[in-house]
Amino acid sequence: MKNTNLDIALTHLITRKKQTMVAALGVLIGVGIYLFMNSLGNGFSSFTRSEIFKVSPQISIFKDDDISSPLLNSDNPKTKYIITNPQIISHSNTLLNPLKLLDNIKKEPYITNAIIQVDFNAFYNKGSSQIKGFGCGVDMIAFSDMFNTQKYMVAGELSNLPKSLNGIIIGSGIANKLSLSLGENLVVSSSYGITKTLKIVGIFTTGNKNTDDNKCYVNIATAQQFSKQNETYVSTIYANTNNPDKSIFYAKKLEELMPYKVEDWTITYSDILAGDRARFIMMRAISFSILFVASFGIYNILSSTIMQKINDIAILKAIGFTGNDVVKIFVMEGLLMGFIGICGGILFGSILIYIMQHVYVGEPVGYFPVYFELATFVQSIILGFIVTLCAGYFPAKKAADVDPVSIFRK
Amino acid sequence: MESKKIILEAQNIEKYFYDPVKFQVLKKISFKAYQGEFLTLIGKSGSGKSTLLYCLSTMDTDYSGKIIIDGKTITGLKSNALANLRNSSIGFVFQFHYLLPEFSCLKNVMLPALKLKKYSYKEVEQKAYDSLKLLDLKDQALKPASKLSGGQQQRVSIARALINQPKIIMCDEPTGNLDSKNTNIVFDIFKQLAHDNNQTIIAVTHDNDFAQKSDRTIELADGEIISQGI
Ligand SMILES: Nc1ncnc2c1ncn2[C@@H]1O[C@H](COP(=O)(O)OP(=O)(O)OP(=O)(O)O)[C@@H](O)[C@H]1O
Ligand SMILES: [Mg+2]
Repeated sequence: MKNTNLDIALTHLITRKKQTMVAALGVLIGVGIYLFMNSLGNGFSSFTRSEIFKVSPQISIFKDDDISSPLLNSDNPKTKYIITNPQIISHSNTLLNPLKLLDNIKKEPYITNAIIQVDFNAFYNKGSSQIKGFGCGVDMIAFSDMFNTQKYMVAGELSNLPKSLNGIIIGSGIANKLSLSLGENLVVSSSYGITKTLKIVGIFTTGNKNTDDNKCYVNIATAQQFSKQNETYVSTIYANTNNPDKSIFYAKKLEELMPYKVEDWTITYSDILAGDRARFIMMRAISFSILFVASFGIYNILSSTIMQKINDIAILKAIGFTGNDVVKIFVMEGLLMGFIGICGGILFGSILIYIMQHVYVGEPVGYFPVYFELATFVQSIILGFIVTLCAGYFPAKKAADVDPVSIFRK
Repeated sequence: MESKKIILEAQNIEKYFYDPVKFQVLKKISFKAYQGEFLTLIGKSGSGKSTLLYCLSTMDTDYSGKIIIDGKTITGLKSNALANLRNSSIGFVFQFHYLLPEFSCLKNVMLPALKLKKYSYKEVEQKAYDSLKLLDLKDQALKPASKLSGGQQQRVSIARALINQPKIIMCDEPTGNLDSKNTNIVFDIFKQLAHDNNQTIIAVTHDNDFAQKSDRTIELADGEIISQGI
């Protein structure tokens, strides 16, 4: 054995196998639970995200309602306005020259994908029943590239929409309520009083009830007609960036380039994300507490080892081992116990994750959204080591302060 | 003797204990120990022999006065420096506590040398075997220290004190647990180390025979030196 301190540490551990294992078991459980709970938290977060990105882009660009400016400005600096009556000015909410705008947006290096969309309020009629919903006029192929709509088609083909001028793709909720099926005609009217008979070329189910019960896709031209607008009318541009976590920053950049409102998904979904974050922080706090408490096993067992080995420590110091050597010996013992525990904990956590992956929670979640993520593993290992290092250091420091003379006198 | 090199010098060592009452254990202790000298320290139980030895060994720093080892004042040095000094220059044989029980005798003997890192592991092992052989313990080398008799343990701790060939070997009743045969062996070893290897032995003993045969005897009474034996 080359390293004398390590040799001593190992001897202590080997001659006290039971305590070593108990301490390691504590860390095992702590690290395992930490790994598992954080994987679960991450899994749910990414599930929430994927749910959001199913229906929403990272960035939406639209014309915000303007508030009227004061009718008269005051010359007196003390009173700002003399007459004020702010109101929403009702202009058209169209984006000007949308195709040029779309091109410019696509030129930005961080934009991976951008599409135009024409929104309108839709009413689906069959016989005497009517359902209220909303329609989107889109280039279906580009739209599917962005939202992966293809994946959710349960009947018909996406590509049939651009081919048929009077085609429509509806959510399965609408189809069920009005007992419609592929190929049938559906009478759709808009809030502008336009009514059209459209042919169902596809039905989708996203698992999101709001979407499935309300939404339909039509060609852009159809939507423009529903909105009583000409072919330059576009209500929204959707864009995705290469990094959803930076979208808020990219949105600001885009906003500087154009006179429109640029909103990123973290604002649109701030309520859901806040809830998500709160849950995540809670899980993290709980799992860290478990790990922390588990590390007390190491602290306890090292403290008692040091009490029992106080003679050894005195002898070592007498024959020339420094306080530092003593710290190293006991910190190493702690780390070795921690190492065994961390290895076991990673295995334990992995087994829990594996089991959870095979638990079915029901639609729309499906199987538990928990994954093996390298970052979470690395984080658990590092945290495990930090915690055991602390748990080992404090008793070791105490050991280093042992005064050999007072021990020899006993 | 006077012409020989001074290896250890104590100047006016005084020490107090405050618990339970203020009490002076060591009073103006001054003496010199020379290279190659086999010195014994005697005195009644409680006269302060062990206390003095702890001060000399650098483990106890709570005293006034000055201790000079090998020309260097060690009073006031930092604990790391003292530990290194103990490791390289002082061998210590304790009165009661001897060995690390979970380690083999061989490993116990090797520890100070492994700490010193002057020789390779193999060389240290060889030296440790030689030391053990000198004390008639070769057969016990691989036994855990806890499985040895008291006398055997004491001899192993003597072997350990020798391993780094320290300038000074301090012993607190090194023969307290030994029969007369082994006492003689230890005595001969010490004599040889002092006279042939030029190492200095400072040994506390209750054995008057042992003291008489040594080069010089210092006698303590109530914390004072009453005879320097010169
Ligand atoms: N920690 C302490 N606190 C108070 N008094 C102490 C302490 N340690 C030792 N003493 C006292 O100091 C005196 C000297 O003790 P020391 O151990 O040096 O004696 P000694 O000469 O080695 O005796 P022995 O031959 O029995 O080993 C004794 O009277 C003892 O009671
Ligand atoms: Mg004593």
